[in-house]
Amino acid sequence: MTPHMLTRSLDRGATMFLAIVAACGILIPLSNLLLPAGSFFQVPTYLVALWGKYVCYAILALSIDLIWGYCGILSLGHGAFFALGGYAMGMYLMRQIGTRGVYGNPILPDFMVFLNYPKLPWYWHGFDMFWFAALMVLLVPGLLAFCFGWLAFRSRVTGVYLSIITQAMTYALLLAFFRNDFGFGGNNGLTDFKDILGFNVQAEGTRAALFMLSCLGLIVSFLICRAVVSSKLGKVLIAIRDAESRSRFFGYRVESYKLFVFTLSACMAGVAGALYVPQVGIINPSEFAPGNSIEAVIWVAVGGRGTLVGAALGAVVVNYAKTFFTSGVLAPYWLFMLGALFILVTLLLPKGIVGTFNAWRESSSEKRAAASAAAEGGITEPNMAE
Amino acid sequence: MFLIAFAVPAFAGPFEDAVAKFANDDFSDTDEAIGAVASSGNKLAFPIISALQDGRLMADPDSKKVYVTGSDGKSIDAATGEPVASVPDSASAVRLNNRLRRSVDAALGSLTLQSPDLATRLQAAQSVFKSHEESALEPVDAALAKETSKSVKVALGEARAAILLFKPDATEVEKLEAVATIRARGDQEALALLTGMGDQPALVAKAAASAIGSIQSSLAVWSTVQNAWYGLSLGSVLLLAAIGLAITFGVMGVINMAHGEMVMIGAYTTFVVQEVIRTRYPGLFDYSLLIAVPLAFLVAGAIGVVIERGIIRFLYGRPLETLLATWGLSLVLQQEVRTMFGPTNREVGNPSWMSGAFELGQITITYNRLWILCFTLAVFAILLAMLRYTALGLEMRAVTQNRRMAASMGIATSRVDALTFGLGSGIAGIAGVALSQIDNVSPNLGQSYIIDSFMVVVFGGVGNLWGTLVGAFTLGIANKFLEPVAGAVLGKIAILVLIILFIQKRPRGLFALKGRAVEA
Repeated sequence: MTPHMLTRSLDRGATMFLAIVAACGILIPLSNLLLPAGSFFQVPTYLVALWGKYVCYAILALSIDLIWGYCGILSLGHGAFFALGGYAMGMYLMRQIGTRGVYGNPILPDFMVFLNYPKLPWYWHGFDMFWFAALMVLLVPGLLAFCFGWLAFRSRVTGVYLSIITQAMTYALLLAFFRNDFGFGGNNGLTDFKDILGFNVQAEGTRAALFMLSCLGLIVSFLICRAVVSSKLGKVLIAIRDAESRSRFFGYRVESYKLFVFTLSACMAGVAGALYVPQVGIINPSEFAPGNSIEAVIWVAVGGRGTLVGAALGAVVVNYAKTFFTSGVLAPYWLFMLGALFILVTLLLPKGIVGTFNAWRESSSEKRAAASAAAEGGITEPNMAE
Repeated sequence: MFLIAFAVPAFAGPFEDAVAKFANDDFSDTDEAIGAVASSGNKLAFPIISALQDGRLMADPDSKKVYVTGSDGKSIDAATGEPVASVPDSASAVRLNNRLRRSVDAALGSLTLQSPDLATRLQAAQSVFKSHEESALEPVDAALAKETSKSVKVALGEARAAILLFKPDATEVEKLEAVATIRARGDQEALALLTGMGDQPALVAKAAASAIGSIQSSLAVWSTVQNAWYGLSLGSVLLLAAIGLAITFGVMGVINMAHGEMVMIGAYTTFVVQEVIRTRYPGLFDYSLLIAVPLAFLVAGAIGVVIERGIIRFLYGRPLETLLATWGLSLVLQQEVRTMFGPTNREVGNPSWMSGAFELGQITITYNRLWILCFTLAVFAILLAMLRYTALGLEMRAVTQNRRMAASMGIATSRVDALTFGLGSGIAGIAGVALSQIDNVSPNLGQSYIIDSFMVVVFGGVGNLWGTLVGAFTLGIANKFLEPVAGAVLGKIAILVLIILFIQKRPRGLFALKGRAVEA
């Protein structure tokens, strides 16, 4: 099997993935809007919102796979970047409420009136403009990741130490955002949104458009990740993942590579959060909970780390299962299942669904190649999956 | 008036005369009666005056009889103390105005100053100290003359000093003495008294200013001591929670995210032990913790061994996967406990020898915190000794330092792994017994300690028990000294940020292992 064939087969998977996402992104909103309600093929609005949520989670999973699967950085704090992006979007949506809030204050959001803020805190300025909020969605998580990564990677904090301090980071943010005087709505977070860019967030059309945008976001994120990992940069990242010290001795500036990919990944997580908030209609500090970030990591593990497609698939599969089980009589057992999933996947399926599938296909095609090579007296190439 | 005086029965003494005056329905007569009754020394004086205060003193204007109606509805004759069947319908409650209410308060104050109960006397003296009413001077002097208990005498002396300070016609010598007495008391209330006493002669003001300075500096010292004590207490809790992790993570290198759940299991073991004792052997309640400690060690330790054999041994050398698998395990354990014991807090009681507190200077030390500190240090010492002096400890260290060499020397490394993990988990279980005394026993108990525990171990330096000890107490004390400045939550955030920054500076903690172990 030649490397050329391998890239082509991966490309086939990637193309298929993109085609499916694009098809969903177009067909689901269309069926929701155009077909009459109650029709067999009509997707109800609540499902559009639900699947929109899954797509956002898939973007988050992609961002984790980019750093964990390809660079070996296990971040247990990616939920923080997701939530920060969400808060930036939430702040824009809060400013759009205007006088329609309970207290009818044109400038201050309801919770600020309630908590006796004399005026808008400085960091809320500018969020009435969409372009500014959109910029912040990228900038705030990116900047935090840059500073955090700059400190961490430069002093060579690696492996579990990095995981633990990323967890501490999101925990510290959780505590901070819970505070009322922090200026982000405290315990209740930001909610009760009305408009986004002049459209009602509750309207079917807006929901369909948001779903379409989320799918577009997933496609763009996927393409960016593919571009990164299939470039020379991506090869260096994989080298860092597999032998960090050796890559450093070869003369690569390991910390710069890590810093770049970590920041990129945080920006992607921020975008995922920003798309997530208008669809679920609320953002509160519990998004910072360390448990959420770890759960996102398990999506990637289930789907298959280092496969990109697998990460997105894992996010959708695990969250679909979560919705399915927590809404029925099996609800008390969901945590058992989630816990068992963590254990079983790490023990029995370390490559995840997609990774195992790829390995199985490779080994079967290798067998065929070996059979024909034996006939011709050739040699087989080493397995590249590990 | 004249006629009424004659109408009083001839056998009456001064006390009975005074009591009868309550029936006159005249405010100045009532005032006299209060003074006479309060100074009579009769054992009925206190019930009468307190009944007057509560509107339970009934007087019959026709017969001039006065009755005390108890809160239970039964009545006695106020003059004789004889129980009466019922109060006549013509009787009504003796009325008070504001001036009389002050007299009643003063009379009650002086009566309780001489109460036979020591605690009541002490409390009365304290309340006089706070109110420092000039009218209380005489009763205080009288009480001081009769008082035998040393502590009450001191309190009365302070009360007297407080009164004199605010008495306009007290001499300068008296006031100077008073300032000295209050200065010796030296607490927050003394400070408030001195700062609030207004214009004084120059000499007294000077003495007061110096007393204020000395009290403030001594209070600052005490508040530092108090913070240090709180810090030690928090540090001991952190150490207790982290010490098991120092074995599993520090010595073995296993990232055990289910560590907090081992602590929780220990706490629930305590709950079960106490339940059994409550229902079967109530007399043993004070020993419940002594029984729970070995049981919790065994239960959590056994679960730990099962976890190591069942999950963790397949994941050696893959720390990130271990992290995920043990996180999943923690979810399962939490949910299991939630299904078995319910999601709400379970009540675990304090044995008598762990409840209560004592005063040390200006700070209060509760027994449970003190015991936990001692217990933690004992566990630490035992663990250290075990690692150093027992065969298992030797084997553990050998396997940690060089697994293959240890195996070549005939050590069953996989058995040592299982036992080490069991030991770490068992110690977490013991920690749960202690933490059940100060924290809510709920399925989420472990969650609240896991991040802190990791911080302590990472901060102190992985693979070093002394590092864990120093790390825990440093973080505990730093946290408590930051708290008054920044508030509880901000203090905690500040600590987390400081640790994150600290790890940048020293990625391997305070006391890092050096040499080959670093890359392993």
